[in-house]
Amino acid sequence: MVKSRPPRVVLSKVGLDGHDRGVKIVARALRDAGMEVIYTGLWQTPERVIRAVADEDADVLGISILSGAHMTLVPILIDLLRQEGLGDVLFLVGGIIPEEDIPKLHEMGVSHVFIPGVSLDNIVTFIREHLPART
Amino acid sequence: MASRTSTDAQERFEREFAEAPVRPTITFDSISGEKTKGLYTWDDADPGDPDEKLGFPGQFPFTRGVHANLYRGKLWTMRQFAGFGTAEDTNQRYQFLFSKGQRDLSVAFDLPTLMGLDSDDHRSIGEVGRLGVAVDTVDDMERIFQGIDLNQVSTSMTINAPAAIVLAYYLVAAERQGVPWKNVRGTCQNDILKEFHAQNEFVFPPQESVRLVVDTIEFCAQHVPKFNPVSISGYHIREAGASAIEELAFTLADGFEYVEQSLARGLAVDDFAPRLSFFFIAHNDFFEEIAKYRAARRIWARRLRDRYGAKNEASMKLRFHAQTSGAALQAQQPQVNLMRVAYQAMAAVLGGCQSLHTNSMDETLALPSEHAVTLALRTQQVLAYETGVANTVDPLGGSYFIEALTDRMEQAAEEIFEHIDELGGVMKAIETGYFRRVIADSAYRYQREVDRKERIIVGVNDFVDNQVPPVDLLKIDIETERMQVARLKDRKAKRDQAKVKECLSRISDVAKSKENLMPTLIEAARAQVSVGEVVIALAGAFGRYAGVPGG
Repeated sequence: MVKSRPPRVVLSKVGLDGHDRGVKIVARALRDAGMEVIYTGLWQTPERVIRAVADEDADVLGISILSGAHMTLVPILIDLLRQEGLGDVLFLVGGIIPEEDIPKLHEMGVSHVFIPGVSLDNIVTFIREHLPART
Repeated sequence: MASRTSTDAQERFEREFAEAPVRPTITFDSISGEKTKGLYTWDDADPGDPDEKLGFPGQFPFTRGVHANLYRGKLWTMRQFAGFGTAEDTNQRYQFLFSKGQRDLSVAFDLPTLMGLDSDDHRSIGEVGRLGVAVDTVDDMERIFQGIDLNQVSTSMTINAPAAIVLAYYLVAAERQGVPWKNVRGTCQNDILKEFHAQNEFVFPPQESVRLVVDTIEFCAQHVPKFNPVSISGYHIREAGASAIEELAFTLADGFEYVEQSLARGLAVDDFAPRLSFFFIAHNDFFEEIAKYRAARRIWARRLRDRYGAKNEASMKLRFHAQTSGAALQAQQPQVNLMRVAYQAMAAVLGGCQSLHTNSMDETLALPSEHAVTLALRTQQVLAYETGVANTVDPLGGSYFIEALTDRMEQAAEEIFEHIDELGGVMKAIETGYFRRVIADSAYRYQREVDRKERIIVGVNDFVDNQVPPVDLLKIDIETERMQVARLKDRKAKRDQAKVKECLSRISDVAKSKENLMPTLIEAARAQVSVGEVVIALAGAFGRYAGVPGG
């Protein structure tokens, strides 16, 4: 059996939102859990985020949005992922997301939405259990 | 020296506690991770020289408050931060708040405005009017205050990187109402240093950014004497994860930096220091917060008198606005947030705040609805009129615990000031990433404590309840963005273009000189130059700042 490499996760802040407390905590927790984390920093355009996912050959993309712009930005990201043939990447969203938007985000192709109050262990476990199979 | 009776009391405490059935995981450390004793006695509260340490309310070192008569004569200002959508939407919310008993205003701007971008910039997509009101030109500013007499209200504006531009808009809006600048009251947040530490809404490099701040300090000292040009803010530092002590120390260190740079400009300390104001959080740990405000006042007073040679007592008085903690609110069982906010607000009042914003229960989910914001304001009204806490100034002064905690906070802050000095001062410490590193470490420590259930958060890691009635949320009309963009395009098409060009080239020249930028920015405001256009001109001279690597 080939020893698999650790999960590779791109975390990013898209748009103008500067709230980065959560994403930095998650980045550290995932690293502590043995994952390879690439945090892109603030103010990324959707194009740059998808570029990072492709360049890093990431298994997981986590987007943090606390500005309320998720319904505008997420569809753009999903379209770009699919265009780049990265549709199997596990796509996670975290932040201030009203409950009624969550099913809509799932429909668009988001695997999971983490709202405030989620434990770091839950995030780690979710990623481990839902990692896309590597081909 | 410990007295026999208090030693005996400590022993009894320990003995009884050893037999108590406490939860095995829970911590008694303060939220900031500070060791807290279960019992405080007179042995813990070193009286020192009472005049130098406590004084009396309204007297140096103002530990007990900046006014001799705190709230009996004048309650704190109940100032709810609000803004969303277009200027008209925001104006309507202000009228609503007035109808519920609020008297003064606090403007929330949307992210593009905060970042110095116009609504029609491609980077603004999805964000126009969403987190606050969209302001592109002075016309928007005028519309926000339609029917609101700027002679009568004081206005606080939460804006930082483009603060000088927005302040210019506000002054021109006042001018259009016929209100002389000497009557204009209010506050601009305009604290760029904490943007580099925590809030991340910076545009220009640190030194150029501080120059803009000093320009506004100088201009207001000369022309807008009742306006606070800066609100030196710990709020965002704390929200980003810092401890109470770090919030206290970083905020005051930033304050010292503004004072030193203003002195270096050649201003006299007593000409500008009385108008420096502060903004702290009101977090969950009740006594720690009260001690933080008291320590802040003492540190500031001593530093201004002893190091900066202030003679006017007004320069030594640390006046502050408080806002309850957004990050302490929970998305689970949002109604429970009402209780959190009420306790936090009480800490701010017992700590002697000058104005207060109480968060709405639904803010972990969206911008507040009218219902939620009414309850938030009512929380302050109950506090002011029903609880009696406002009747006596500094009612906790002399409490063994509070005084010991105040001393501890002061001492810990002084240690941090020394460390910052060793790093070469605030500006150097920013470059090394010091502030960001400390804040991220504290944020992680806290989250881990919650995950391990060392700290219980009701409804989150204990007392979980899935049968909670939903709350109605405010929705931002998606039409807002389209409308605002169309309006801006129209405005840009119908201006005196030669005048606009002339203003922008003048801004660029002045930015490269040592001249104060405010008069030029005011001229540009009158000529309908947009926020984004001014920022591009300034960035041409100043450069843009990308943050420290590893952010």
